[in-house]
Amino acid sequence: MKKVKKIKIKVNGKVKTLQYRTKLSKLVENLNIPIKKVAIEVNQEIADKKKLNKIILKNNDKIEIVHFIGGG
Amino acid sequence: MVNLNKDKFKVANKSFKSRLIVGTGKYNNMSQCAKAIKLSGADIVTVAVRRVNINDKRKPLLMDFIDPKKITYLPNTAGCFNSEEALRTLRLAREIGGWKLVKLEVLGDKKNLFPEMIETLKSTEILSKEGFEVMVYCNDDPLMAKRLENAGACAIMPLAAPIGSGLGIQNKINIKIIRKQTKLPLIIDAGLGQASDATIAMELGCDGVLVNTAIAKAKKPFDMALAFKNAVIAGRQSYLSGRIEKTLMGNASSPKKGTI
Repeated sequence: MKKVKKIKIKVNGKVKTLQYRTKLSKLVENLNIPIKKVAIEVNQEIADKKKLNKIILKNNDKIEIVHFIGGG
Repeated sequence: MVNLNKDKFKVANKSFKSRLIVGTGKYNNMSQCAKAIKLSGADIVTVAVRRVNINDKRKPLLMDFIDPKKITYLPNTAGCFNSEEALRTLRLAREIGGWKLVKLEVLGDKKNLFPEMIETLKSTEILSKEGFEVMVYCNDDPLMAKRLENAGACAIMPLAAPIGSGLGIQNKINIKIIRKQTKLPLIIDAGLGQASDATIAMELGCDGVLVNTAIAKAKKPFDMALAFKNAVIAGRQSYLSGRIEKTLMGNASSPKKGTI
C-alpha cells in the first residue's frame, strides 16, 4: 500500500501534522478561522488573504495567525 | 461661547468627536470593556495584535463586542521591544483590515515600561515611508518629540508617567514646551490615575488623552469611564476659555466701594 506523505508545520507555535501539499486555504478552513478578522504570516512573510489557495504548505513552515485583542 | 460641537479632534486628517481615546486591555471581560467604552464616549480605541487561539475556537472575539465600523480601532505594538517586532506587528495589523492609523509603542525596559526612543524613531521613519499614519508613544522630551515630528509622526503621545502607574502628569513643563513647539495632535498617553489627571492634560493644551488602566482597573469602571469623559470635556473647555493670570498676592473679588 502506498504510504501517504505527511508534513509537519507550526501554527501559532503548535506543531501540526498535515497531508503533503495541503493548501493554506484548507488549513485556515479546517481551523475555522474567520478570515476577515485575521492576518496570516508564512515564515514571517504576510500571506495575501485573497490568494491562500495558491500557497502550498511545506514541511517546517511556520504559520502565524493573528487578530485584535484588548490592549492599551 | 466656545462651541465644543465645532471643536473637532483631528488626527491624520480625520475628525473625531471625543478627545478621549480608551485602551481595551485589562477589563474583566469583553462585555465590560464594550460598556465602559460606550460610556466613555470614545471614538478611538487601542487594540493589540496577538495570536488567535487555535485550540479554543469558541473564545469570543473583540470585534464581536466592539464594531470596528462604528469605533476606530487603533492597533498598537504593545509588548514590542525593538523596531523589527513593532514593524512586523503593524504590518500584520494593516493586513487584518486595512488599518493605516496605528499607535507605535516600542518599549525599552520591562519594569518601568519607558519607551525605547532610538528604536521608536527608527520605526516611525520606516512606517511613515510605508504609508502608515503613526501616532507615537514617546517620552516627554521636547527634543525627541521634534525628531518624531520630522520623521513623519502624525501625533505625538508623550507619557504622563509609567504605563499603568496611575501617577498622573509628572512633567507639566515639558508637556507645555512640546505643546508650544508642535501643531501636531498632542495626546497624553499612559500613567493617568484619575479623571482630574485628564483635565490637567487638557488644560495644558493637549489635544487628547489615552486612558486604559485608570478606567479598566477602577473599582467602578463604568463610573470612571463617565468621569474621564466629563473630565476631558471640562479640561478642553477650560483651556479654550483662557485662564486668569497667576498672581502672588490676593485680589479681592468684592468691590471696595460702598464698604460700610
